[in-house]
Amino acid sequence: MDLLGFARGTGLKVALVVFCFGVAWRLVAVALLKYKRNFNEPRRSVAHSALGGLLTMGSRSWPHAEFIPRTGAGEALGYSYHIGLFLIVLAFAPHIALFRSLTGFSWPALPSSVITIISVLTLTLFLAVLFRRVTNGVMRLLSNFDDYFSWFITASVIVTGLAATAHFGARYETLLGLHVLSFDALLIWFPFGKLMHAFYLLPSRAFNGYLLARKGAPS
Amino acid sequence: MNSPPTADLAPTPAARVQGAMRGFARELGALSAFRLDSCIHCGICADACHFYIATEDPQYTPIWKVEPFKQAYKRESSAFAPLVRLFGLKREVTAEQLGDWQHLLFDSCNLCGRCSLICPMGIDVAALIEQARHAMFEAGLAPPELYERAALQSRTGQPEASTEPYRDQLLAIGREHGVVIPLDLAEAEVMLCVPRTDIEHYPDAVAALARVMTHLGVRCTFRSDGLIAENYGYFAGGRDWQREISLRLIEQAVACKAKTLLVPECGHAYTALRWEAADLYGKPLPFEVRHVTEYLGEQLQAGRLKLKKADTGKVTFHDPCQLVRKGGVTNAPRELMQAMGLSVSELQNHGGFAFCCGGGGGVIDLKGAAPLRYRAMAAKLREVDDTGAQAFLTSCSDCRRTFDDAREHFRWDKTPHSLLEWVAAQLAGPQKSQP
Repeated sequence: MDLLGFARGTGLKVALVVFCFGVAWRLVAVALLKYKRNFNEPRRSVAHSALGGLLTMGSRSWPHAEFIPRTGAGEALGYSYHIGLFLIVLAFAPHIALFRSLTGFSWPALPSSVITIISVLTLTLFLAVLFRRVTNGVMRLLSNFDDYFSWFITASVIVTGLAATAHFGARYETLLGLHVLSFDALLIWFPFGKLMHAFYLLPSRAFNGYLLARKGAPS
Repeated sequence: MNSPPTADLAPTPAARVQGAMRGFARELGALSAFRLDSCIHCGICADACHFYIATEDPQYTPIWKVEPFKQAYKRESSAFAPLVRLFGLKREVTAEQLGDWQHLLFDSCNLCGRCSLICPMGIDVAALIEQARHAMFEAGLAPPELYERAALQSRTGQPEASTEPYRDQLLAIGREHGVVIPLDLAEAEVMLCVPRTDIEHYPDAVAALARVMTHLGVRCTFRSDGLIAENYGYFAGGRDWQREISLRLIEQAVACKAKTLLVPECGHAYTALRWEAADLYGKPLPFEVRHVTEYLGEQLQAGRLKLKKADTGKVTFHDPCQLVRKGGVTNAPRELMQAMGLSVSELQNHGGFAFCCGGGGGVIDLKGAAPLRYRAMAAKLREVDDTGAQAFLTSCSDCRRTFDDAREHFRWDKTPHSLLEWVAAQLAGPQKSQP
């Protein structure tokens, strides 16, 4: 079996199994921990608090005006590369073809040349993010193996994807094999590290928003 | 585990770590684990924290303050804890490390919750820090100033020894101010309590509370056995002591069949009684808990409280974190100021986004924390100055004490006033008779 065949055959299957079971276990393991009942008198009804939770899921996507002067640039950088990643994953024709083969669903793609430009921009932003992480005192202090490895593995997928598209450095099949293999690696790493934030983001905001709304406090 | 951290009884370093981790694990529920798991190390919480903003020192990043506990969670009880231990991805927390964290968890955190509003992942960082304080207490690493007050208060009801019992001081304040202090009534609609800060530093606020309640004609009472509003167990992280101190008030409110327990101008007492006491009690409280500002706001809305217009210039108001950001009492103080016809010039950061005074979370009582506290509160003082207000109001006596301390330290020309005292001075309409 050649590299490409392995990467999108056995490799992908194993990666998907690890991804699915890993993500599920990570969520279930937390859900199995104990829950504390709130006996205090709520200021707002359950419905009002639930609405607060729902609204916070969206409102935390944009920083409160009071914080923007200090955090705006960093958040803009973060959002930019996330948007780039979404476009690469969801709007590139070969990726859509993969989704169709797995789920039966498809949608229109962006032209390859546009995706290439987006990929280069996203990779540049990725480098900027890494630069910021190692030069910003707060981020450097907080960072650990997870941060750098998650960065590395995600960047690897972009780099190998760009190389495969540009037929740069090796045979196309080899480059594509490396690209799919790096994606397999990303899927395997996903449940173990901070990439899990994709699954935590909305529930985490909702819990906090619910509890703050229950007290009538701003969220 | 409430053993005092004296030299002869000091736990060994290993026992300290075990105690801290046990305490943390005991409280770590699904919600806290979810919070710890959600952090993406973006560091944005630093930009909400006045200690970081003032110093630009990364160690004051709020989420960093729980790093040893995050480390312990990943090693001990996270989904892949066995793998984390097997590959040594997280080291064991050491006693030395925990000792270093005392400064981060106590001296440089007011539990103000501003960091919890900025987190893009929606993590309530302040809630995690409060839990970490519990673990530090279990490890014998609560600062002595807080520990000793909590120990004394849990035993006697008073956080500090006094020449005269607070009960007698309270009655003396009533005599000096010519107000009736209702004490130890067998039954009352409202049970009152008082910050010892007010007894010691702001007796006018104590008299104002009695005057307002008398004017409203509400049958109310202080209770000798449940007098003090503060809860040093909350500050020190001693959950059992916090419970005992809260129970003292709860039992008295139950005994006098109060429908309302009125929290005076004390922010953290509000958090401890309004949002945490019932959980420690293990069931819903058989009465409601209201902050005096909130209560007076309700009386105003119901038309039972009338206020005269105050003849003053522009005023500004400091929102106590525990009342507003963490408690939701945002509108009541503004409604009261409006009813007095005050022209309010808001601080640049106000309401839920207000900066802490710097003294909250017990920090005002920590002598060693003072230099850092002064640096952290400088921005707040500038904000007050920038309003150009002639008068400066707040509704928390610890905030007030912190600003008074800054007045001396910085030779600052503003005097923090009690909103309650202003309300008491502007009472209008006939005094109502008690039912």
